[in-house]
Amino acid sequence: MMNTSLIELRGVTKTYGTGTAAMQALRGVDLCIAQGEFVAVMGASGSGKSTCMNILGCLDTPTTGIYHFQGVEVGTLTRNQRALLRRHYLGFVFQGFNLLNRTSALENVELPLIYRHFSPATRHPQARRALAQVGLTGWEHHTPGELSGGQQQRVAIARAIVTQPIVLLADEPTGNLDSARSIEVMELLTSFNRDQGITIVMVTHEPDMAAFAKRVVHFRDGLIEKDHHNHVG
Amino acid sequence: MLGNALLLALRELRRNVMRSFLTMLGIIIGVGAVIILVTLGNGATQQVTEQIASLGSNLLMVTPGKRMGPGQSSAAPSFKLADAEAIARETSSLKTVAPVSSRGVTAIYANENWSTSVTGSTEEYFTVGNRHIKKGRMFTASDARLGTAVCVIGETVRAKLFDRQGPIGQHIRLNKLSCEVIGLLESKGQSTMGTDQDDLIIVPLRTFQRRIAGNEDVSMIQVSVKDGYSTERVKQEIGRLLRTRRHLSANEDDNFNVMDMKEIANMLSGTTRMMTGLLGAVAAVSLLVGGIGIMNIMLVSVTERTREIGTRLAIGALEREVLLQFLVEAVVLSSFGGIIGIVFALVASVGLTGIMKVPFVFNMPIVLIAFLFSAAVGVIFGYFPARKAARLDPIEALRYE
Ligand SMILES: Nc1ncnc2c1ncn2[C@@H]1O[C@H](COP(=O)(O)OP(=O)(O)O)[C@@H](O)[C@H]1O
Ligand SMILES: [Mg+2]
Repeated sequence: MMNTSLIELRGVTKTYGTGTAAMQALRGVDLCIAQGEFVAVMGASGSGKSTCMNILGCLDTPTTGIYHFQGVEVGTLTRNQRALLRRHYLGFVFQGFNLLNRTSALENVELPLIYRHFSPATRHPQARRALAQVGLTGWEHHTPGELSGGQQQRVAIARAIVTQPIVLLADEPTGNLDSARSIEVMELLTSFNRDQGITIVMVTHEPDMAAFAKRVVHFRDGLIEKDHHNHVG
Repeated sequence: MLGNALLLALRELRRNVMRSFLTMLGIIIGVGAVIILVTLGNGATQQVTEQIASLGSNLLMVTPGKRMGPGQSSAAPSFKLADAEAIARETSSLKTVAPVSSRGVTAIYANENWSTSVTGSTEEYFTVGNRHIKKGRMFTASDARLGTAVCVIGETVRAKLFDRQGPIGQHIRLNKLSCEVIGLLESKGQSTMGTDQDDLIIVPLRTFQRRIAGNEDVSMIQVSVKDGYSTERVKQEIGRLLRTRRHLSANEDDNFNVMDMKEIANMLSGTTRMMTGLLGAVAAVSLLVGGIGIMNIMLVSVTERTREIGTRLAIGALEREVLLQFLVEAVVLSSFGGIIGIVFALVASVGLTGIMKVPFVFNMPIVLIAFLFSAAVGVIFGYFPARKAARLDPIEALRYE
C-alpha cells in the first residue's frame, strides 16, 4: 500500500498453547520481502522458521502483529479466504514432497489446476509444460513410488509453479536429498526466480543451499537475528 | 464443482480398487438381499394367486372361527356333521358339500412306517377336490354311514409303505385303527404351497371321528357351487343358515368364515406380503450395516490420508471442496455397490425363480428404491468422515506421520 512490499510482517508473534504450557515461537518479527526476491531463512532447530513460513503461507495467522500480503491483512481473513489466497498466489514445496501416492506425476501436477477449475484441455498441456520445466518429460505417467527422491521433489516443484504463483514457499526442500540432488533443486528454484520472477522464500539448514539465495534471514529464539544480502558473482 | 469432486473421488477410488470393492461389499449384499427377497416374494405371491384362481371360482370353504387378519382366526366352536348336512339340504344351487377333518398320524404297514395326515370325509370329498381313483374304489355311502375301517391312500403313502406289492386289500395301522386299503388316488404332484398332494390318507368321516379323533367335530366344510350361480348369494345363504344354527344374536359377529378362492388367494398373498416385508426389513438392516462399513472405511481413509488432505488444503482446496470430495467418494462407493448388488440380485433371482419354479417378476420400483437407498446410505454415513476431513488443520495435517 504505502510501499511496494509484497510481504510485510510487523511485530508478529505466535504463541502456542495457553497458561503455563504457553510457548512463544515468534516474539515480534518484522520482515519485508519485495516482489522477485529469493530469500533463504536459516536458524537453529526450534528457532521459529517453520512457524514463520506457515504464517507467510497463510496457513496460520499471527497471535499478535500484522501480516500484509499484497496489502491485504491476512489476520482478518476467514479460513476459506486464506485458502483462496493460497490457491491463486502461493506455491508450496515441502521437505517430505507430499505427493499423492499411487497417482501419476501428471495428475499430481494437475491438482492445483483442478482446484482452479481449469478444463482438461488447458490443464493437461500446462501440467506437461511444468513437468518439462523441471526436466521430467517422459515421466508423466510414473507414480511417486516409481520415482527417486530428487525426481519426486521436482514433481512437487512442478506442482508448485504450474499455477504461476507470485510466491513460492519452500520449507527445507532439500532436507531429504543428497547434495547432488539438492543442487539440482536449487538450480531449478534459482531459474524460476530469475526467469519467471517468482518470489521465493526457502528454509534451509545448509549454508551451501542458502548461498543460492540473494538474501539470507537468520532466526534465533523467535526473532530475526541477522538479515543480509549475498554478494553473488 | 460437483464435476471436480467426482473427478477427484473417482481418481481416489481407482487408487485403491481392492479396498473400494471390500467397502462396497456390505451394500452389495444388503441391496442384493432386498431385491432377491422381494422378487422371490412377488413371484411366489403371483404364483399362489394364479394357481388358486385356476382351481375354480366356484369353491367355498367354511371354517369355524372369527377372521382377524392374514392367516389368523380366533377359536370358536367347531362344526358337526349335521352342519354340513344342513348346508346341503337348505342351500340352493350347490353341487356338493364335503365335511372334512384331519390330523397327523403315523401309518404302519409291516416294517414300514410313515408320518402323514389322515383326512376324514365323505365320498363328496373326491368330487370337491377333483381327485380320481387310479386303482380299487372309493368309499360308498354305506361305508360312510357305518364307519367301516377302510381307507384310500395317495401315491406317496403307497410308495413309502408298499414296496412293489399292490396295496389294495392290505391292512395298514393308523394309531389304534387297523384299516383296509380299498383305493389308490391318481397322483396330483406338488401344490402351489409346495406341499405334496399325494401324501394323504382318506377315511370315512364317521370312522375318523369315532376311531381316530374321538369326537364329533368337523374342522372344515367344503362347498362347491353349481356352475353359473353366484357364489356371493350362496355365501350369504350359508352365513344366514350357520348364524341360526350357531344361535348368534344380531349384535354378535360371525364365529365362522365362508371364503371363496379369491379371498383365500388374497389371504395367502397377504401372508407372503407380510413375510416379504419382514425379510425386507432384515435386508434393510444389513444395508445399514453396509453403511456403517462405509463410514468405518471412510474414517480410516481420512486418517490415512491426513497428509494428503493437508496438501490439498495447502494448495488451496476449500473446506467444502474437501467435504464434497469425501462425500462423493462415499456416495460413489455406496451407489456403485448398489448397482452391483442390483445386477447380482437380478441374475440370482432369475436363477432362483427358475429353481423354485416361481415366475420371475421384475419390480422396477424396488430396484429404484434400493438404488436411492444405497446412495442415501453413502450421504448419511459419508457425511461425518467427510466433515472430519474438511475440518482438519492444514499445518497439523501436513506434519502428520
Ligand atoms: N503446533 C505447535 N504446538 C506447540 N508448539 C509448537 C507447535 N509448532 C511449533 N512449536 C514450537 O515452536 C517452536 C518453533 O518451532 P518451528 O517453527 O517449527 O521451528 P523450526 O522450524 O525453526 O525448527 C519450537 O519450540 C516448537 O516446539
Ligand atoms: Mg521447521
